Amino acid sequence: MTETATRLVPFDEALTRYEPVIGLETHVELGTRSKMFCGCPTTFGAEPNTQVCPVCLGLPGSLPVTNAAAIEFTIRIGLALNCTIAPWCRFARKNYFYPDMPKNFQISQYDEPLCTDGWLDVDVQPDDGPARVVRVEIERVHLEEDTGKSLHKGGSTGRIHGADYSLVDYNRAGIPLVEIVTKPVPGTGALAPQAGRSYVTELRDLLRALGVSDVRMEEGSLRADVNTSLTPAGSGRWGTRTETRNVNSLRSVERAIRYEIERQAAVLDAGHRVMQETRHFHEDSGITTAGRSKEEAQDYRYFPEPDLVPIAPSPEWVAELRTSLPELPSARRARLRSEWALSDLDMAALAHADALDLVAGTVAAGATPADARKWWLGELRQRANAAGVELSALSITPAQVARVSELVASGVLNDQLARQVLDGVIAGEGSPDDIVRDRQLGIVSDDSALIAAVDDAIAAHPDVADKVRGGKTQAAGVLVGAVMKATRGRADATRVRQLILGRLGAA
Amino acid sequence: MSITRDEVAHLARLARIALTDAELDHFAGQLDVIISAVARVQEVTAEGIPATSHAVPLTNVFRPDELTECLTAEAALAAAPAVEDQRFRVPRILAEE
Amino acid sequence: MTAELTRMTAAQLGSAIAAGEVSATEVTRAHLDRVAAVDGQVHAFLHVPSELALAAARMVDDRRAAGQPLGPLAGVPVAVKDVFATADMPTTCGSRILDGWQPPYESTVTRRLREAGAIVLGKTNMDEFAMGSSTENSAFGPSRNPWDLTRVPGGSSGGSSAAVTACEAPLGIGTDTGGSIRQPGAVCGIVGVKPTYGGSSRYGVVAFASSLDTPGPLARTVLDAALLHEAMSGHDPCDSTSIDAPVPPVVAAARQADVEGMRIGVVTELGGEGYQPGVLTRFGEAVELLESLGAKITEVSCPHFVYALPAYYLIAPSECSSNLARFDAMRYGLRVGDDGTRSAEEVMSLTREVGFGAEVKRRIMLGTYALSSGYYDAYYGKAQQVRTLVIRDFEAAFEQVDVLVSPSTPTTAFKIGERVDDPIAMYLADLCTIPSDLAGNAALSVPCGLAPDDGLPVGLQVMAPVLADDRAYRVGAAVEAALTERWGHPLLDEAPALAAGPGEERDR
Repeated sequence: MTETATRLVPFDEALTRYEPVIGLETHVELGTRSKMFCGCPTTFGAEPNTQVCPVCLGLPGSLPVTNAAAIEFTIRIGLALNCTIAPWCRFARKNYFYPDMPKNFQISQYDEPLCTDGWLDVDVQPDDGPARVVRVEIERVHLEEDTGKSLHKGGSTGRIHGADYSLVDYNRAGIPLVEIVTKPVPGTGALAPQAGRSYVTELRDLLRALGVSDVRMEEGSLRADVNTSLTPAGSGRWGTRTETRNVNSLRSVERAIRYEIERQAAVLDAGHRVMQETRHFHEDSGITTAGRSKEEAQDYRYFPEPDLVPIAPSPEWVAELRTSLPELPSARRARLRSEWALSDLDMAALAHADALDLVAGTVAAGATPADARKWWLGELRQRANAAGVELSALSITPAQVARVSELVASGVLNDQLARQVLDGVIAGEGSPDDIVRDRQLGIVSDDSALIAAVDDAIAAHPDVADKVRGGKTQAAGVLVGAVMKATRGRADATRVRQLILGRLGAA
Repeated sequence: MSITRDEVAHLARLARIALTDAELDHFAGQLDVIISAVARVQEVTAEGIPATSHAVPLTNVFRPDELTECLTAEAALAAAPAVEDQRFRVPRILAEE
Repeated sequence: MTAELTRMTAAQLGSAIAAGEVSATEVTRAHLDRVAAVDGQVHAFLHVPSELALAAARMVDDRRAAGQPLGPLAGVPVAVKDVFATADMPTTCGSRILDGWQPPYESTVTRRLREAGAIVLGKTNMDEFAMGSSTENSAFGPSRNPWDLTRVPGGSSGGSSAAVTACEAPLGIGTDTGGSIRQPGAVCGIVGVKPTYGGSSRYGVVAFASSLDTPGPLARTVLDAALLHEAMSGHDPCDSTSIDAPVPPVVAAARQADVEGMRIGVVTELGGEGYQPGVLTRFGEAVELLESLGAKITEVSCPHFVYALPAYYLIAPSECSSNLARFDAMRYGLRVGDDGTRSAEEVMSLTREVGFGAEVKRRIMLGTYALSSGYYDAYYGKAQQVRTLVIRDFEAAFEQVDVLVSPSTPTTAFKIGERVDDPIAMYLADLCTIPSDLAGNAALSVPCGLAPDDGLPVGLQVMAPVLADDRAYRVGAAVEAALTERWGHPLLDEAPALAAGPGEERDR
C-alpha cells in the first residue's frame, strides 16, 4: 500500500510553517430504552436481527413515530452546550443507497437542527506549563437515526475491500443518534491534538453527567470524526480540510490530528494541494488513509420528512428542562477543586489523567481527597501506563482503593504493603481484605512476636548491637532493616526501633 | 430542451436504475416534455410565500419511550432473498456510503 | 338468492346479517361466486384467498350465534387495494418487485375493518405503487371497466372500483394521492371518497407520496361509503400525521341527505376548455339540481388551481423517489443479477430496472431531478409554495361557501391503451381531483349520470374543508337521492350485464 510510504513533516517543524484548524463531528447514541422511531429495544450485543420491527426494518407501509425521550435528551444536550433551541424545526430525509440503511434514506435534520450556536469551554493541558481554556464553538446539535451493521465475508481481511459478500444485522438501525458539530477551532497551535482530545473528553463527561448516553467509544456509542486543515502561518486563509473517520478512542483523536498535521504539512511543502476527502484512521499504525474516492459527487436530495410532523418545543418545556439540568462537569470540577483544596494545576492533572470520577468515587467511599489523589495519580497511574490502558480500565474500583487507604490510615497496612494489596486486587485475587488475609500482609502489631524477631536480629548482628549500646543509636537502622526483612515488611518500623532501643538499653 | 440524455443517465445512476440505452432515449424525450410541463409552477409569483410540506398543520407528535414487541428474527428474515447466520446476506458492498 | 345478495348494498347486507336473515358465510360465498364468474373479464383482483374469507365469515356467524352484537359491517365483504399490508395474504402493489411479498404485519385500516367484522374478500389490482389513472401500469395486466370492457376502470384504485361496480364486492378500499379513489369511482359510476388527510391511517399503506396518500372508501351508495369511512377511520398513534380528533359524522350526514340553505361554490377554473362536453352537460345539470334542492349556488374562483397539476407532478414524484428507494433487493422482494460477482450497487440497479415498470421509473427519475441540488428551489421548492397558494385559495373559498363542486374528471373512461405512452394525457385525468390532495381536505365523487356523448358515467366532485367530510356526504347523498328518484333506479342498473364465465385468460 502506497499510503505507508506517505511523507511526513515532524510535528514541531510543521507548526513553524502552518497553523492547524480543527473541527469535530461527534455522533452519540442516545441511551433511550426504545429506538428513535419505534418501540424496539436499544440494548447492545443482542442476537442479530432480534431487535427489529417493520418500522426499523423499513418495511413497505411502515411509518416512524418520534420517541419523546430522544427529543428531550437532545434539547438537554443543546442546553448544556449553551445552544439556542429551535422554536420549530423538522426532520429531513437524507437520500442515499447503502445496504445497512433499510429505507435507503436516513431520517436526519438538515437546515433546521434542533439546537444551534452554542459553546463548550475545554481545559487543554500542555505537557508543561499551565492549562489553557479553549472555547469550542458549537455549530449545531441534531437528531438522526443510526444504521445497521455489516459483516464483510470472504476475501482475506474481513474488511469491506476485497470481501465476497456481506451480512447485515439491523439491530442498531433506528437507534437515536445525536450529531454534535463544532465550528472550526483555530488558534490552538501545537495544542491542536490535545485540544481535540480534551474537547471529546469534556463532551463525553458532559453527556455522561446528563445521563443521555453511556458514551462508550469502544462500543461505538460515541464516535468522533475529526476535521483537520492547515493554514500557512500568517496567510489568514484557511486550508482545505480532511475528515478523518474511524477514530475510536480519546487517544486516537489526538493521534489522528497529529498525523494529519504532519501529513498535510508534507503535502503543502511539496507544493501540492490537500484533497478535500474522507480519510480513515488506523488504530494499529496510527496513520490515516484516503477513503475510496467517489465517482460522482454525493447528492443527498434532502427534503422535509413528510411522515413526521414538525417539532415545536414550547418555551415552558425548554425552561423546565433547563432548570432540571444536573451539575455539569465544569461546575463540578470547580466545586471539587474547592472542596478538595487543590490547585488549578493539581485539578488539571486529575482531569488530564481522566481520574476525576475515580477520585471522587474514592472520596465518596471514605478516603481523604489527598489520599485518593495520591493512589490514583501515583501507584495506579504507573500501573495503567505500564499496561498501556486508561486508568478507568484497571480492574480496581474506587471503593476498593478507599478500603486500601483506610487500611493504611488505621495502621493495618503501610504504604509498601498497600502496593502489594493493589497488585492483588488488579490481579483479580479478591477484595483488599481478602488479599491482606490470604497473603498475610497485615502489620504485626503483637509486641511478643516482634520481640522474638528483634532478639534474633541482635543475636545475628552483635557488633551493631554493641555500637547501639555504646550510644550510637543511629546504627539501629541495620537492626530495624533486619527485623523488617524477617517480617516481610509487616512490622511497623517505628515500633521496631523503639523495641530495639529498649532491648539494648539505649532508649 | 430542458433535460439532456446525459442528465437522464445521471439521474438513473442516482436512483439506482440500470436503464438500457433504448430506455434512456425514450425517457429523455418523455422527461423533457414532462419537465417543460411541470415547469409551469415557475410562472407563479411566489415571493414571500412559505413552502408547505404538510397540508394539515400538526406539531409535536411523539410516542412515550416504551418498548413494544419486536418481530422474531425468523419473521424479519422470512422475505429476504438470501440469509446467512441470522443476517441478511447481500452482495459485496463497493462504496463506503 | 345469490344474485340478489351481490346486488344488495353494504347497509342492507349488514342489517340482514345482524338480523340473522342471511349468514355472513352465505354473503361471502355469493360474492366469491360472483368473482369466479366475472373476474376473468374484469380482472379486478390479484389475490382471492377464498378460504380465508370464508373462515372470517364463519367467525362472524359464530359471534352472532353466541349472541354477541354485530356492527353494521360485520360479515360484509370488502375488496382491498393491494397497497394495504395484510399479514395473511400477499401485498404486491401491482409491482413485479414485490411479487409474492407477504408482509409480517397488518395495516391499521384493514385491522380495523377486520375488527369490525368486515370480510377481506381479496386484494385488488392497481397501477404499480398507485402511480397511474387506469390500472394499465399494473405489472399484472389492466383491470377493465364493467360499463365497457374495452375501457379503463380508472386508477390507481381501479381494481377496487371495478370490483364494486361489477358487484364482486359491495365495498372497496383504495388510496387517493392525486385522485386515485375519486377518479376510478367517477369513471365506474360509483361513489369514491378521499377523506381529510390524516383522517384515515396510512400505517401499513405502502407509500407513494407520503404527504398526499389518503386511504378511503369506494361503494355503490353514499351511505355505504359513509359506513366504510367510519369503520376505517380515526386517530392512529402509529401514523404521526394522523389527526387526533373524532371522525366527522359522515353516516349521519349521508342519512340527512339535505342541502337546503347550503352555500355551494362552482369552481371557475375546473371546467371549460379541455373538458368533454358530455361531462360538462351532466355537471351543469347537477348544479341546477342542487339549486332546485335549496342550495345557494355561486361561482368561486380559485386562481392557483391551474398550477395544482404541475405542482403535484413535482411533489408526488419527489416523495416517491425517496419512498421507493427501499425496494433494493436486499431485505425483501425481487433480486436480480446476484451471481456472486456483481456488487450490491449493481444488483440494486438491475433489480430496480427489471422490477419497476415504465411509469414508476419515469416518476422516480422526475422526483430525483426535482430534489437534486441546483434544481430543488426551482422545482420542488416552488411546487411547495404553489401548495400553499392552493390551500389559501381553498381557505378563501370556504369563507364564502360551505362546499365547492366540479366535475370529478375532465372526461369519461378512456380506452385501454389510448394514453399509455402519453404521460401528459394520462396525468390530465387527475386535473380536478389534485387540488384537494394538495390541500389535504375532504372530497367525494358521486355519479351524476351518463355522458350524452358516449353513455359512460360522469362524476360530480364535492370538496369540503379539512375535517368537514360530513358536508361532502350531505351533498353527495342529496344528489344521489334526487337522481335515483328522477331515474327510478340507481345508475348502476343501466350498466350492461356481464356474461358469467371465465372470460379471457387471467394474467395470473
